Amino acid sequence: MIPTAHVHILAALLFGLGILGFLRQRNAIMLLMSVELMLNSANLSFLAAAREQGNVDGAMMPLFVLVVAAAEAAVGLALIIILFRKRVSLDVDLLRSLRD
Amino acid sequence: MASLLAFLLFAGLAVVCALVALFHRSVVHSAFALLGTLLGVADLFLQLGADYLAMTQVLIYVGGILVLILFGLMLTPPDRRELRPARIFLGLAVTGAGALLFLTRMDSGAWKAAPLQELPDLANQASPTAEPIGLAFLERDSWLLAFEFASVILLAALVGAVFIARRRFRVDDEGA
Repeated sequence: MIPTAHVHILAALLFGLGILGFLRQRNAIMLLMSVELMLNSANLSFLAAAREQGNVDGAMMPLFVLVVAAAEAAVGLALIIILFRKRVSLDVDLLRSLRD
Repeated sequence: MASLLAFLLFAGLAVVCALVALFHRSVVHSAFALLGTLLGVADLFLQLGADYLAMTQVLIYVGGILVLILFGLMLTPPDRRELRPARIFLGLAVTGAGALLFLTRMDSGAWKAAPLQELPDLANQASPTAEPIGLAFLERDSWLLAFEFASVILLAALVGAVFIARRRFRVDDEGA
């Protein structure tokens, strides 16, 4: 039986790595991958809490997170393809056409 | 003790692969390192007793989202360093050596030494979680509304993605 605190520490570590990658990358695909990493660490935390409580509700949340992640990946990659077709670069700092 | 060791092994795999994914210069390497992280997390789900969620993780994250990310990578500019012949030959040599080793081991009869009947029945040791999850999804006043909303969100995201990424044909030129 793994202690619940260990799982939470690992989830926090993975979430921190995801934030670090999100803040330091400028490639749009790498940003998407960092977000996936953060969602995954949240799933891990949810599941550890569900096992601690002996409750099925905590095990339901990761499934909805999975749905959101799949929708986000589909729309995000469509945007990336449009971005590359218009700008021939994936650097998100170049996206300034919506700025005032 | 053994369970803690297994936890540390796969937690280490997930963290190391996440570090490689975030700090490697090549985006293709990052995507494949993310595969290691997702598989490590799937195994941790299994160790936490969530067998259904672990299978879903492998199917949707590894089989769906990661393949989608790789598709996005292939549609965007290639890394020049990937195209050097020395790297291609190194990859072919490693794969060929692995295949050769596999074939020789298959032939040596090592597979016949361990009869399958002596393995413990892993399927019946822990209670499967698919049944309570499925019941909770379809029960009124439980998760039914969220379940239906999720299906609508997925449909909207798919239609939206197709609409955004489609090629725009010039119809107004023909009409003029």
